[in-house]
Amino acid sequence: MIELTTEPIDYNQLTESVRDHAAGAVTLFLGTVREFTRGVQTSWLEYEAYPDMARASMAELEAEAFQKFTVTKIAISHRTGTMALGEISVAIAVSSPHRDQAFEAGRWLIDTLKERVPIWKKEHFADGREEWQHPGMTPHTNTKGAKS
Amino acid sequence: MNLNVLFFAAARDAVGTDTVTVDVPDGSTVGELQQLMIQRTPQLERWSQALLWAVNNRYAGCNQVLHASDVIACFPPVSGG
Repeated sequence: MIELTTEPIDYNQLTESVRDHAAGAVTLFLGTVREFTRGVQTSWLEYEAYPDMARASMAELEAEAFQKFTVTKIAISHRTGTMALGEISVAIAVSSPHRDQAFEAGRWLIDTLKERVPIWKKEHFADGREEWQHPGMTPHTNTKGAKS
Repeated sequence: MNLNVLFFAAARDAVGTDTVTVDVPDGSTVGELQQLMIQRTPQLERWSQALLWAVNNRYAGCNQVLHASDVIACFPPVSGG
Protein backbone atom coordinates (compact mmCIF):
# COMPACT_ATOMS: atom_id res chain seq x y z
CA MET A 1 0.00 0.00 0.00
CA ILE A 2 1.35 3.37 -1.07
CA GLU A 3 0.09 6.71 0.15
CA LEU A 4 1.09 10.34 -0.30
CA THR A 5 -0.96 12.51 2.03
CA THR A 6 -1.23 15.99 3.46
CA GLU A 7 -3.00 14.64 6.56
CA PRO A 8 -1.33 13.31 9.74
CA ILE A 9 -0.25 9.70 9.22
CA ASP A 10 -2.34 7.16 11.12
CA TYR A 11 0.44 4.71 11.94
CA ASN A 12 -1.85 2.41 13.92
CA GLN A 13 -4.00 1.91 10.87
CA LEU A 14 -0.92 1.58 8.66
CA THR A 15 0.48 -1.11 10.97
CA GLU A 16 -2.84 -2.96 11.10
CA SER A 17 -2.94 -2.95 7.29
CA VAL A 18 0.14 -5.20 7.07
CA ARG A 19 -0.88 -7.68 9.78
CA ASP A 20 -1.54 -11.12 8.34
CA HIS A 21 -1.83 -14.71 9.47
CA ALA A 22 1.12 -15.61 7.23
CA ALA A 23 3.35 -13.21 9.15
CA GLY A 24 5.25 -13.87 12.35
CA ALA A 25 6.70 -10.35 12.54
CA VAL A 26 5.69 -6.76 11.90
CA THR A 27 8.08 -3.79 11.91
CA LEU A 28 7.14 -0.12 11.82
CA PHE A 29 9.51 2.72 10.95
CA LEU A 30 8.49 6.32 11.66
CA GLY A 31 10.44 9.36 10.47
CA THR A 32 9.72 12.28 12.80
CA VAL A 33 10.60 15.98 12.81
CA ARG A 34 13.75 16.52 14.89
CA GLU A 35 14.38 19.74 16.77
CA PHE A 36 18.19 19.88 16.69
CA THR A 37 20.48 18.95 13.78
CA ARG A 38 24.17 19.45 14.61
CA GLY A 39 23.23 22.04 17.18
CA VAL A 40 21.00 24.07 14.86
CA GLN A 41 17.43 24.44 16.10
CA THR A 42 14.55 23.67 13.76
CA SER A 43 11.12 25.27 14.28
CA TRP A 44 9.20 23.35 11.65
CA LEU A 45 9.65 21.47 8.39
CA GLU A 46 7.97 21.74 5.04
CA TYR A 47 7.84 18.81 2.62
CA GLU A 48 7.09 19.13 -1.07
CA ALA A 49 6.59 16.24 -3.50
CA TYR A 50 6.36 15.74 -7.23
CA PRO A 51 3.17 13.79 -6.54
CA ASP A 52 2.78 11.64 -9.68
CA MET A 53 6.39 10.53 -9.75
CA ALA A 54 6.59 10.15 -5.96
CA ARG A 55 3.67 7.70 -6.03
CA ALA A 56 5.12 5.82 -9.02
CA SER A 57 8.52 5.72 -7.37
CA MET A 58 7.15 4.44 -4.04
CA ALA A 59 5.18 1.76 -5.90
CA GLU A 60 8.45 0.68 -7.58
CA LEU A 61 10.16 0.47 -4.21
CA GLU A 62 7.34 -1.69 -2.90
CA ALA A 63 7.57 -4.02 -5.91
CA GLU A 64 11.37 -4.23 -5.62
CA ALA A 65 11.15 -5.01 -1.90
CA PHE A 66 8.79 -7.90 -2.62
CA GLN A 67 11.42 -9.28 -5.02
CA LYS A 68 14.40 -8.77 -2.72
CA PHE A 69 12.91 -9.90 0.59
CA THR A 70 10.56 -12.59 1.83
CA VAL A 71 7.88 -10.26 3.09
CA THR A 72 4.13 -10.63 3.43
CA LYS A 73 2.80 -7.08 3.22
CA ILE A 74 4.22 -3.57 2.88
CA ALA A 75 2.65 -0.18 3.61
CA ILE A 76 4.39 3.15 2.95
CA SER A 77 2.94 6.56 3.71
CA HIS A 78 4.70 9.91 3.20
CA ARG A 79 3.21 13.17 4.31
CA THR A 80 3.73 16.55 2.61
CA GLY A 81 3.08 20.10 3.74
CA THR A 82 4.05 21.75 7.00
CA MET A 83 5.00 19.64 10.01
CA ALA A 84 5.67 20.62 13.61
CA LEU A 85 8.41 19.16 15.82
CA GLY A 86 7.75 15.51 16.62
CA GLU A 87 5.22 15.01 13.82
CA ILE A 88 5.53 12.02 11.53
CA SER A 89 6.70 12.67 7.97
CA VAL A 90 7.00 9.06 6.83
CA ALA A 91 5.84 5.64 8.03
CA ILE A 92 6.82 2.23 6.68
CA ALA A 93 5.24 -0.98 7.98
CA VAL A 94 6.40 -4.42 6.87
CA SER A 95 5.22 -7.88 7.83
CA SER A 96 7.09 -11.10 7.13
CA PRO A 97 7.02 -14.75 8.19
CA HIS A 98 10.28 -14.28 10.18
CA ARG A 99 11.58 -11.08 11.80
CA ASP A 100 14.92 -10.68 9.98
CA GLN A 101 13.22 -10.04 6.66
CA ALA A 102 10.81 -7.46 8.10
CA PHE A 103 13.71 -5.53 9.69
CA GLU A 104 15.87 -5.74 6.55
CA ALA A 105 13.09 -4.79 4.16
CA GLY A 106 12.04 -1.84 6.34
CA ARG A 107 15.63 -0.60 6.49
CA TRP A 108 16.09 -0.96 2.75
CA LEU A 109 12.77 0.78 2.03
CA ILE A 110 13.51 3.90 4.09
CA ASP A 111 17.12 4.13 2.85
CA THR A 112 16.07 3.77 -0.80
CA LEU A 113 13.07 6.10 -0.42
CA LYS A 114 15.43 8.83 0.81
CA GLU A 115 17.68 8.31 -2.22
CA ARG A 116 15.07 8.05 -4.94
CA VAL A 117 11.59 9.35 -4.22
CA PRO A 118 11.12 12.96 -5.46
CA ILE A 119 10.23 14.65 -2.19
CA TRP A 120 12.09 17.62 -0.71
CA LYS A 121 12.41 18.94 2.80
CA LYS A 122 12.76 22.60 3.71
CA GLU A 123 14.05 23.45 7.16
CA HIS A 124 12.63 26.49 8.91
CA PHE A 125 15.16 27.29 11.62
CA ALA A 126 14.49 28.91 14.97
CA ASP A 127 16.70 31.87 13.94
CA GLY A 128 14.36 32.65 11.03
CA ARG A 129 16.46 31.14 8.23
CA GLU A 130 14.90 28.68 5.84
CA GLU A 131 16.75 26.23 3.65
CA TRP A 132 15.96 23.43 1.20
CA GLN A 133 17.82 20.27 2.10
CA HIS A 134 19.73 18.75 -0.79
CA PRO A 135 22.10 15.93 0.11
CA GLY A 136 25.49 16.48 -1.47
CA MET A 137 24.88 20.14 -2.29
CA THR A 138 26.60 22.97 -0.45
CA PRO A 139 24.12 25.80 -0.02
CA HIS A 140 25.82 29.10 -0.78
CA THR A 141 23.02 31.31 0.47
CA ASN A 142 23.47 29.96 3.98
CA THR A 143 26.69 29.25 5.76
CA LYS A 144 25.45 26.36 7.86
CA GLY A 145 24.08 23.45 5.92
CA ALA A 146 21.86 21.22 8.03
CA LYS A 147 21.09 17.80 6.75
CA SER A 148 19.16 14.92 8.21
CA MET B 1 8.66 21.30 -30.72
CA ASN B 2 7.32 22.87 -27.55
CA LEU B 3 8.08 21.16 -24.27
CA ASN B 4 6.59 21.87 -20.86
CA VAL B 5 9.08 21.48 -18.05
CA LEU B 6 8.00 21.19 -14.41
CA PHE B 7 10.32 22.49 -11.68
CA PHE B 8 10.32 21.55 -8.03
CA ALA B 9 11.81 22.74 -4.74
CA ALA B 10 14.97 24.86 -5.03
CA ALA B 11 14.99 24.52 -8.83
CA ARG B 12 11.52 26.08 -8.96
CA ASP B 13 12.67 28.86 -6.64
CA ALA B 14 15.63 29.50 -8.98
CA VAL B 15 13.43 29.60 -12.09
CA GLY B 16 10.71 31.58 -10.34
CA THR B 17 7.81 29.50 -11.67
CA ASP B 18 6.74 25.86 -11.57
CA THR B 19 6.25 25.33 -15.32
CA VAL B 20 8.22 26.64 -18.28
CA THR B 21 7.45 26.08 -21.96
CA VAL B 22 10.50 25.93 -24.22
CA ASP B 23 10.85 25.52 -27.95
CA VAL B 24 13.59 23.02 -28.85
CA PRO B 25 14.59 21.29 -32.11
CA ASP B 26 13.02 17.86 -32.69
CA GLY B 27 15.26 15.11 -31.38
CA SER B 28 16.68 17.22 -28.55
CA THR B 29 18.06 15.39 -25.55
CA VAL B 30 17.72 15.95 -21.82
CA GLY B 31 21.31 17.28 -21.76
CA GLU B 32 20.55 19.80 -24.50
CA LEU B 33 17.41 20.91 -22.70
CA GLN B 34 19.42 21.42 -19.52
CA GLN B 35 21.97 23.58 -21.37
CA LEU B 36 19.17 25.66 -22.85
CA MET B 37 17.46 26.08 -19.48
CA ILE B 38 20.70 27.21 -17.85
CA GLN B 39 21.28 29.74 -20.66
CA ARG B 40 17.77 31.10 -20.18
CA THR B 41 17.90 31.02 -16.39
CA PRO B 42 21.45 31.64 -15.12
CA GLN B 43 20.20 31.14 -11.53
CA LEU B 44 20.09 27.43 -12.37
CA GLU B 45 23.83 27.36 -13.06
CA ARG B 46 24.82 26.67 -9.45
CA TRP B 47 22.64 23.56 -9.53
CA SER B 48 23.93 22.34 -12.88
CA GLN B 49 26.09 19.51 -11.53
CA ALA B 50 23.28 18.20 -9.36
CA LEU B 51 20.07 18.74 -11.32
CA LEU B 52 17.98 15.63 -11.82
CA TRP B 53 15.64 15.11 -14.76
CA ALA B 54 12.60 12.91 -15.05
CA VAL B 55 10.70 11.97 -18.18
CA ASN B 56 7.26 10.40 -17.76
CA ASN B 57 7.84 9.86 -14.03
CA ARG B 58 11.19 8.09 -14.45
CA TYR B 59 14.70 9.42 -13.95
CA ALA B 60 16.30 10.29 -17.28
CA GLY B 61 19.95 10.54 -18.33
CA CYS B 62 21.52 13.30 -20.48
CA ASN B 63 21.28 11.27 -23.67
CA GLN B 64 17.57 10.53 -23.49
CA VAL B 65 15.77 11.91 -26.55
CA LEU B 66 12.69 14.01 -25.80
CA HIS B 67 9.28 13.97 -27.46
CA ALA B 68 6.58 16.63 -27.46
CA SER B 69 4.20 14.41 -25.47
CA ASP B 70 6.71 13.75 -22.66
CA VAL B 71 6.05 14.90 -19.12
CA ILE B 72 9.38 16.44 -18.17
CA ALA B 73 10.50 17.51 -14.71
CA CYS B 74 13.66 19.06 -13.32
CA PHE B 75 14.65 19.12 -9.67
CA PRO B 76 17.55 19.10 -7.20
CA PRO B 77 18.69 16.06 -5.18
CA VAL B 78 15.80 14.60 -3.21
CA SER B 79 15.55 14.86 0.58
CA GLY B 80 12.36 13.14 1.65
CA GLY B 81 11.97 10.73 4.53
